[in-house]
Amino acid sequence: MECVFGMVGKEFAVVVADSSAVHSILVHKSNEDKIMLLDSHKLMGASGEPGDRAQFTEYVQKNVALYHFRNGIPLTTAAAANFTRGELATALRKNPYSVNIVLAGYDKGIGPSLYYIDYIATLHKVDKAAFGYGSYFSLAMMDRHYHKDMSVEEAIELVDKCIIEIRSRLVVAPPNFVIKIVDKDGAREYAWRESVKDAPSVA
Amino acid sequence: MSIFEYNGSALVAMVGKNCFAIASDRRLGVQLQTVATDFQRIFKIHDKLFVGLAGLATDAQTLYQRLVFRHKLYQLREERDMKPETFASLVSAILYEKRFGPYFCQPVIAGLGDEDKPFICTMDSIGAKELAKDFVVAGTASESLYGACESMFKPDMEPEELFETISQALLSSVDRDCLSGWGGHVYVV
Repeated sequence: MECVFGMVGKEFAVVVADSSAVHSILVHKSNEDKIMLLDSHKLMGASGEPGDRAQFTEYVQKNVALYHFRNGIPLTTAAAANFTRGELATALRKNPYSVNIVLAGYDKGIGPSLYYIDYIATLHKVDKAAFGYGSYFSLAMMDRHYHKDMSVEEAIELVDKCIIEIRSRLVVAPPNFVIKIVDKDGAREYAWRESVKDAPSVA
Repeated sequence: MSIFEYNGSALVAMVGKNCFAIASDRRLGVQLQTVATDFQRIFKIHDKLFVGLAGLATDAQTLYQRLVFRHKLYQLREERDMKPETFASLVSAILYEKRFGPYFCQPVIAGLGDEDKPFICTMDSIGAKELAKDFVVAGTASESLYGACESMFKPDMEPEELFETISQALLSSVDRDCLSGWGGHVYVV
């Protein structure tokens, strides 16, 4: 029931993920951050097996940082996407990761880009991507309303439309979502869309 | 559903008069859901050699990277491009290496050999070559493609006519297959 989706706008890309950590019928927490910042200008939203998700995204993040340290320049989004695909492909016939990834990034001179990376290491550069049961609703919504070079306001409006669809039409719809954005100024958290707040922990 | 039908694909290659054409559909799907409508299945190895990879998209991408690597190495050592017949044998060998854990791909190879003689061939996922003089097909729409090509093909077509024929054969076949379609890419050399 994990939902991850993303789209490319004018000089930015946005990735949205649900934030429930679920084990069978139990919801452990509803504010889990599933979108990792790979570096200053890259976002990796992941869905799938929780252990694999956390471990694999961290692994990619550290390797992206390592490249930066060794070579003095950061990886481009395309290079990071291909690296990720390579790791998934190598592991596929040994010890596969069950993680679906939406990778968004902004490169100087190239602009924003979005990559769809399947758990079996299918890589494709796209304008809009979605995984999970939520994809049936968010992809349909995006097919209808998306157009090239949307402004941030228009894109967030579309994101909200998708979230409303998921909440109203998916039987085990996740209550909370996190929205992160990446543009020339970097990758950052944009907003949360919460309909259920975790009880504050007792001090 | 078979693993070969997971992503959906349609590939066809035809021989003309001192030319060849290779065409593919553009759909990338995950079973019933369409993910993208601009997926590339045909890759250039060198100016006179193209390879199309039908079947599982991830294996097609991995196999393509291995083939480009091997061809670049060949170019460095031999200081020339590979002949299509040689390339076909290379692909066959690479596929058979994984006999008991195969790549789920069906390649279609099309190229111009010595004196610009067109060469096409296809193989199954473990490298059994199938050479043909007229056309070869692969992918989820292969049965429709066989029918369409058999009826539309004529020997020794000029490039323009070959382009029309292969396009019509591809489009009419993928229209009968839900897993492939959304347009086509055609290369005529």
